[in-house]
Amino acid sequence: MLIHKLFKPKRLSFWESLNAWIFVLPWILGFFLFTGGPILASLIISFTHWDIVNPPQWAGLANYELMLSDPLFFQSLKVTTMYALVAVPLQIVVGLFVAILLNTKIRLIGLYRTLFYLPAVLPIVSVAVMWRWILSRDWGLINWFLSLFGVYGPGWLSEPEWALPALILMSLWGVGAGMLIYLAGLQGIPSDLYEAAKVDGAGRWAQFLYVTLPMISPVILFQLVVGLIAAFQVFAQPFIMTQGGPQNATLFYLLHLFRNAFEFFRMGYASALSWVLFMYIAILTLLIFRFSAAWVFYEGEIRNE
Amino acid sequence: MTTITQQPTIRRLQFDPASVDWVKILAHIILIAGSIMFLMPFIYVLSTSLKTAGDVYTFPPEFIPDPVSWENYPDALTAMPFDVFFLNTILLAVGRIIGLILSCSLAGFAFAKLRWRGRNTLFFIVLLTLMIPTEVTLIPRYILFSKLGWVGSFAPLLVPGFFAENAFFVFLFRQFFMTMGQDLIDAARIDGCSFVGLFWRIIVPNAKPVFAVVAIYIIQNNWNSFLLPMIYLTDRAKYTLALGLRLFNEQYYSQTHLLMAASVFVVVPIVILFFFMQRYFIQGVVFTGSKG
Repeated sequence: MLIHKLFKPKRLSFWESLNAWIFVLPWILGFFLFTGGPILASLIISFTHWDIVNPPQWAGLANYELMLSDPLFFQSLKVTTMYALVAVPLQIVVGLFVAILLNTKIRLIGLYRTLFYLPAVLPIVSVAVMWRWILSRDWGLINWFLSLFGVYGPGWLSEPEWALPALILMSLWGVGAGMLIYLAGLQGIPSDLYEAAKVDGAGRWAQFLYVTLPMISPVILFQLVVGLIAAFQVFAQPFIMTQGGPQNATLFYLLHLFRNAFEFFRMGYASALSWVLFMYIAILTLLIFRFSAAWVFYEGEIRNE
Repeated sequence: MTTITQQPTIRRLQFDPASVDWVKILAHIILIAGSIMFLMPFIYVLSTSLKTAGDVYTFPPEFIPDPVSWENYPDALTAMPFDVFFLNTILLAVGRIIGLILSCSLAGFAFAKLRWRGRNTLFFIVLLTLMIPTEVTLIPRYILFSKLGWVGSFAPLLVPGFFAENAFFVFLFRQFFMTMGQDLIDAARIDGCSFVGLFWRIIVPNAKPVFAVVAIYIIQNNWNSFLLPMIYLTDRAKYTLALGLRLFNEQYYSQTHLLMAASVFVVVPIVILFFFMQRYFIQGVVFTGSKG
């Protein structure tokens, strides 16, 4: 500490700066080649018709106009938004519930944590292949479970009204990743807050409502945004399990984009789709942040109730 | 059981919420039920993978295969060159570990511990790129690599790794290096240590956990990655396990017992890695997620 203060240079050293720039250089090049550059390029490509083989042709806003008359675009937007609206809140509720259970001091807690987290680390292709079997109408695990209660289960992946709920159900199997983040958040809540609440006569439910929930709300916000972005990137599950069907009931946005780009080689249209998605996610994220002030509590913040 | 005779008032005075037995019992019951629900898909898939073709389609399902058909595994794994897929996946993982760890940790070091003009601006751009969904860069990158003639090779998957393409890792390294004391660094500087030496002899030995976390993330991401390999690896000889399994899924659609054996095979390495490296999987979450 003392040495640091004594020898802290007044001016920036040229040698240090040069070293720093060299260390950051790969990232800078990567930014121009693989991130920043491509974003700009994708905007420009979205104003063209381009199949890669032939030179691109200027199209103006034609790709964006095409979108308005593309029923599959609206279908994919609808499917993805519905998935996000149902799956993300469910994942948050289930994840938080499991995390609170796993935050109690009981025996075998390490084992429970491992079991709940495990599905979240599995390769998505394997998970999709496995769940196609688990969701099978006649021989699947889910319908066997339902049959125990006398319910005759649907053809999850073959009936349009059940395919999306099936994928949402499957996504809940992977709540372990979120659960771990809540767990880290829960363990950061000072125990004297609970003790103070108990002294004030707060029961378990009141403690959850007035201590746990406000203290964990920044983590919930984080999970909401991350979950939303992840929901708009769902691809492997419908690609492997349903190919977007039945009757486009699981035509996720990225699947529609993928087909236009790599099956029909409509690079201009696909780029336009990607930009619209980018804007859509950005606006939703902004809205979430805009309205988060009402329910997210940050430590040290004073509010008038 | 002693709780039954306790007065409610006494219970309310106890401070540790977990010390009340009935809560623990209830928690255990819910957790056991939950664990079974989380484990059942595994058990079902595992049991299907060990059944004979004729035993697969029974209702209600039998969870213990009889007879146990171990040969499903060699049958499935030799039906397609899974050994090649496995080696390809390992090769990509190693390449990406080398590239990403080198480029991201050096950038993280410069952002955390060196003083230079432009540092904050550039770091802000790093944070901005965290929010960009991959779809937006997908097509221009593909066009770039196809014009370079790299489509069909490993290069589109390996080369960006050497250019710190993962902003999250840069952020992770920077956050971890920030927590390291400045004293040691200043002392080494006074002793005439170069910046590369500083990184190599002071930072790396003292930041092993973050390197382990990033390496494990890369292995896991690489094992799970599907969209990008599918776009770039057009030749079956270059397929990864994920691509191989997807192909298997299409061609052996009706042979569920073999399909399940193949998907178990793809899952097992990551499950083993998870059990041995659990600590690091969890540490990464704690480094980043807890602060929201």
